Amino acid sequence: MFDLTGKSALVTGASGGIGGAIARALHGAGATVTLSGTRLEPLQALADELGERAHVLTCNLADAAAVEALPKQAVEAMGSVDILVNNAGITRDNLFMRMSDEEWRDVIEVNLTSTFRLCRGVLRGMMKARWGRIVNISSVVGATGNPGQGNYAAAKAGMVGMSKSLAYEVASRGITVNCVAPGFITTAMTDKLNDDQKGKILQQVPAGRMGDADEIGAAVLYLASPEAGYVTGTTLHVNGGMAMI
Amino acid sequence: MSDIADRVKKIVVEHLGVDEDKVTENASFIDDLGADSLDTVELVMAFEEEFGIEIPDDAAETIQTFGDAVKFISEAA
Repeated sequence: MFDLTGKSALVTGASGGIGGAIARALHGAGATVTLSGTRLEPLQALADELGERAHVLTCNLADAAAVEALPKQAVEAMGSVDILVNNAGITRDNLFMRMSDEEWRDVIEVNLTSTFRLCRGVLRGMMKARWGRIVNISSVVGATGNPGQGNYAAAKAGMVGMSKSLAYEVASRGITVNCVAPGFITTAMTDKLNDDQKGKILQQVPAGRMGDADEIGAAVLYLASPEAGYVTGTTLHVNGGMAMI
Repeated sequence: MSDIADRVKKIVVEHLGVDEDKVTENASFIDDLGADSLDTVELVMAFEEEFGIEIPDDAAETIQTFGDAVKFISEAA
């Protein structure tokens, strides 16, 4: 159904479980993808798995100059960036009273500021093409809050407000800007939880299971597709009913 | 009319979809030619590409009319 043949996508955090699934979904629909992340090895492994139409660009999103350069490098590799997926994110969890300025700053810088910079960096090409798709990966905790994640929740909620503002500005140019907010998704990070921890989490999820990374990939694929051209400024919650908002 | 003015006028006419005779020396992009703020950003982008120049943001803000654009580009190109 969703055909992205001829489109080029830049996906950050593609070495992670969700980012990898997003890249696979876009690539599977025919898009050329650039996989970005900090670690070359998993990115290269994914690119090898995907085969043709896959490029790798490492980038440290805490490095402003590197972030500024990334869209340009992606254009050099693919010819354009038609689809941008800001998926990369870090956590520095701590109780609010104990949270350091550094923990706050690191999370805001990597999760929110780099998203701003990458959006800004791809806009010129999208404006000229009169077509673009930006999908920012927020989180259920951006809407609900989460103890120990004041910094992360702020960054993820910030993404939503930023995306809506940008969506206003560029809607008339055929560019949509949306968020996907995953709930609990099975990844390497959640694999580390013990059964007791998982049980407590699942009590909050009406679907009674964790989500699969592919289910985030599918949501991103929809928002990146031509069919979603009238959907902008929204947040698609993919959380098994954990928060119905 | 100079070559630069012709090229600037062509870009303005194409981008804003206005009649060529409306694009006069003192025509304001926003007040007279119906541009919105995003249009003015796009015009500056188009000027940069057409003439191979960089127009910094603070300079871009001073380019309000067709005449402003021709003058700036003539000095920069």
